Amino acid sequence: MSTLAYTLSDTSTMLRRQLKHMIRYPSLTAIIIGMPVVFLLLFVYVFGGTLGNGLGGDAVAGTAAGGREAYIAYVTPGILVTTIAAAVQGTAIGVAMDMTEGIVDRFRTMSIARVSVLTGHVLGSLIQALLGVTVVLAVAVLVGFRPEASALGWLGLFGTIALIAFGLIWLTVGMGMAAKSVETASNTPMPLLLLPFLGSGFVPTESMPTWLRYFADYQPFTPFIEVTRSLLAGEAVGGEDLALTVGWSLALALIGYAVAKRKFNKR
Amino acid sequence: MNTAKSLAIEARSLTKSYGDNDVLGGIDIAVPEGSVFSLLGPNGAGKTTTVNILTTLVPADGGEVFVKGRSVTRDADEVRKRIGVTGQFAAVDGLLTGRENLHLMGSLHHLGKAETRRRTEELLERFDLGEAARRPPATYSGGMKRRLDIAMCLMGDPQVIFLDEPTTGLDPSGRRTVWSIIRELVRGGTTVFLTTQYLEEADELADRIAVLDGGKIVAEGTPEQLKRLVPGGHISLRLHRADQVALAAQALSASAFDADQLTVQVASDGSVRALRALLDALDREQIEVDELTVHTPDLDDVFLSLTGRVESAA
Ligand SMILES: Nc1ncnc2c1ncn2[C@@H]1O[C@H](COP(=O)(O)OP(=O)(O)OP(=O)(O)O)[C@@H](O)[C@H]1O
Ligand SMILES: [Mg+2]
Repeated sequence: MSTLAYTLSDTSTMLRRQLKHMIRYPSLTAIIIGMPVVFLLLFVYVFGGTLGNGLGGDAVAGTAAGGREAYIAYVTPGILVTTIAAAVQGTAIGVAMDMTEGIVDRFRTMSIARVSVLTGHVLGSLIQALLGVTVVLAVAVLVGFRPEASALGWLGLFGTIALIAFGLIWLTVGMGMAAKSVETASNTPMPLLLLPFLGSGFVPTESMPTWLRYFADYQPFTPFIEVTRSLLAGEAVGGEDLALTVGWSLALALIGYAVAKRKFNKR
Repeated sequence: MNTAKSLAIEARSLTKSYGDNDVLGGIDIAVPEGSVFSLLGPNGAGKTTTVNILTTLVPADGGEVFVKGRSVTRDADEVRKRIGVTGQFAAVDGLLTGRENLHLMGSLHHLGKAETRRRTEELLERFDLGEAARRPPATYSGGMKRRLDIAMCLMGDPQVIFLDEPTTGLDPSGRRTVWSIIRELVRGGTTVFLTTQYLEEADELADRIAVLDGGKIVAEGTPEQLKRLVPGGHISLRLHRADQVALAAQALSASAFDADQLTVQVASDGSVRALRALLDALDREQIEVDELTVHTPDLDDVFLSLTGRVESAA
């Protein structure tokens, strides 16, 4: 076998290991998926009526009046991206937990593709994140969300979600590797959960004070959410948002990868 | 590559510091193929650090290490292909079952499905883990976890295995099980590098022992050679005639004698040379001897006198 074949084989072995962990220890997956579902219901049924009225006519194209219905259409993309941010909380914990186990030292004395220890986590988390987004989207449809995406739009949506997840997962793999303890690893990615709120996830950034709006418009979650929103609404995706989404995702992945690799080899 | 072919492990002037803690101060290790080498030392002596360096886990600060003729720094992957490691602390996946842990190793060694299955069942059988194979190691006893750990390190059929305190925390029967596993491996031609705090264990298993203390190897040799290194060894004689006791005591510069019991004790390292000198002296004086016993100190004496630490022998 070639080096590439070995790398792929080891990665799939490590992925199978992660999937087994997920099945054996389902409570983490449940929390990760349950949290955004609670957010969704909370924002639709508790805040939705009021927030929807405040959206203004052009915030969501095609919905003339405000109200709960308009807010479901507005908030669902935000919740979906929040779902990814929630899923990657588990990544950092999983990686940090793994590093405290002797088994990783065993892997390091074996002739395996070393990166597979990390890529196993990445692919496992990716599956977990996509699963989470699917469940949350299904719940959103159940409570009245009506996506308008074309077939191509769905494909684009899948790609966008996967790309964003890829960036955030590698970032949190890096956080998990850099953390001195599992405890730390469960805290460092927390701010990611806050970012959709400080962006266009729950209200349009136009409604924020200028200084906050400045931050909101330039942080990565705003383009993530905007692209997701356009795709779900069946609208054309803004070129700048798309470029920012791709750029941010790859940059975050690269940073996380670099940190993780360095830490893995140094340990 | 000028390393002697017959050495499975060779380390030259190995040094390692953590901050200003000089853990290893230039140690040399040579382990011939197919033999058992035991590194003995009290807590914190640097045994695990040495194992970590030899198994490519941690880089040394200075010195060179070859395993099966391959440099652990320049050729780490080649070294990894040839070794199996069982660290001081269990290195098993706590969420997978015993069988899945072995399957995981098989996949990572690219053995193929059929061969992985075959070897897994064979190892489960050999290590008496059949009944536990369907449970995760979290439910195992310490001894079972150890056995699974060693089984995992054998999955890739290594030529050299490293065992860091493999029997610490095991009961006597568990210890004996591990010993018989090690002996069986050696019979199959595997080279074994073993660290331990138990002198009995080194005595039982090792062809050569090195005592590590304060970052240096303070003694090295076969168990017998080591025992001869320390004071406390002596030769006991029981004479035939009471009237020769005093004469013998004087001729041999005895450390003690007892005319009633007809015994004479002579301090000695127990070596053949010392014994020959003693026999010559007895001949010269025409002393009749009924019984002669050589007492070499046991490894506990060696360990304590070399490391000067009492608690480590516990
Ligand atoms: N990663 C590390 N960072 C800092 N110091 C370390 C590290 N690993 C080991 N040490 C220090 O190196 C010394 C030797 O440790 P080592 O674990 O090799 O001893 P040991 O002989 O295996 O002891 P034990 O019998 O307790 O297992 C100790 O003083 C320890 O504190
Ligand atoms: Mg140790």
